[in-house]
Amino acid sequence: MPDIREIQVSVNGEDHSAKVETRTSLGDFLRQNLGLTGTHLGCEHGVCGACTVILDGEAVRSCLMLAVQANGHEVTTVEGLAGEEGELHPLQEAFWKHHGLQCGFCTPGMLTSLVAFLRDNPNPSERDIREAISGNICRCTGYQGIVDATLEAAKVMQGRV
Amino acid sequence: MKPAPFIYHNPLTPEDAVSLLASNEEAKILAGGQSLMPMLNMRFVVPDHVIDLNNVTGIDGVTNRDNLLEIGAMTRQCDLMANDLVKSKAPIIPEALEHVGHFQTRNRCTIGGSLCHLDPAAELPCLMAAYDANLTVQGPEGQREIPFIEWPLAYMIPNLAPDELLTKISFRYWSLNHGFGFEEFARRHGDFAIVAVAALLEVDDGKITRAAISIGGANISPVRLVKAEEALIGMLANEDTYKVAADIAQEIESISDAYVTSQYRQRLAGTLVQRALVKAGDRVNRS
Repeated sequence: MPDIREIQVSVNGEDHSAKVETRTSLGDFLRQNLGLTGTHLGCEHGVCGACTVILDGEAVRSCLMLAVQANGHEVTTVEGLAGEEGELHPLQEAFWKHHGLQCGFCTPGMLTSLVAFLRDNPNPSERDIREAISGNICRCTGYQGIVDATLEAAKVMQGRV
Repeated sequence: MKPAPFIYHNPLTPEDAVSLLASNEEAKILAGGQSLMPMLNMRFVVPDHVIDLNNVTGIDGVTNRDNLLEIGAMTRQCDLMANDLVKSKAPIIPEALEHVGHFQTRNRCTIGGSLCHLDPAAELPCLMAAYDANLTVQGPEGQREIPFIEWPLAYMIPNLAPDELLTKISFRYWSLNHGFGFEEFARRHGDFAIVAVAALLEVDDGKITRAAISIGGANISPVRLVKAEEALIGMLANEDTYKVAADIAQEIESISDAYVTSQYRQRLAGTLVQRALVKAGDRVNRS
């Protein structure tokens, strides 16, 4: 008999009520139950960082949490970063400008991780940024465009550009 | 869905968690999940019951009681790093946690989870060995305290009965002007260390009065370098003295695996003990 629970989760500001099997990861729940396929599952053991989402303000691996553990919590996925009119988040804008992605698989995890990081470190050095994304694997870019984009986004978000 | 089916339990008190452990066979405790979830996803563990501690109250946070730091087992690594008591009384802990995984995993990982998982190269067990921490576990019959030296029973097996729950870690912190150094070597930042070293020093009038050196990763559980600690007492806090400890570290019993030989681990232990003591000594001399 599958072990099924009803959960209430706020995702990108919208309340959802759903029945989930308890062994379902938060990442699978977002993609399969809610259709939010922006969150990418790569390694599914916490190494690649692609599945990172923001839980109650903190960046976490959605493959290393059960959906049932998000009951009563707030989740922000990559779909929730842009503004209400669809205008890109300053970090997304900078990724576009600096070619911070190629295939795009790691991008949702990069963006959610760095949005949480920039909130706590509004004025980071290049080294700080490289350390922050040390848990996000990108096999295309060599990271340079990602670091450049983050440096610029930090300036824009502080109104320094 | 990656894990095999299990029944999920969501207790709200430590007592409820213990009675669930006692009444269900093949149960696993879910703390931060940063080791258990990968093992569930890969089906390395296939428990019938998963008991989630994330809604249990009263087993997280840091308090200071009579020169003892008491840390709830469910205190997350990110909270240890940001905690003012930890930063002022045991600053080696935030320094070491910089090496643990990545900030996203530190947002979930707990000290209790790390101590119960007991990876030989994990940083928190290495630190708790250096502090001679006491671990409080709760079972159906009540609580018992276990000194860290009796905590590891074998490779990744803590001194914990199937119906017991680790609730608290406590240790006596060192004097305000103690020196500390944490050094490790890993192939990539955030990986488990090949060897990690935690060193604590107290110095009076240029001479070492107290030393603790703990080595993780070299053997199946963290090892205290007792011989070197004793040798350092009364000696001048300088690089020649630290060399004595480093030479002893190079002799420690160590393991070989598919990647690294025991000789390599011994060499690393020597180098890292030297570096950690230099750091600790510098910090003592400055204050």
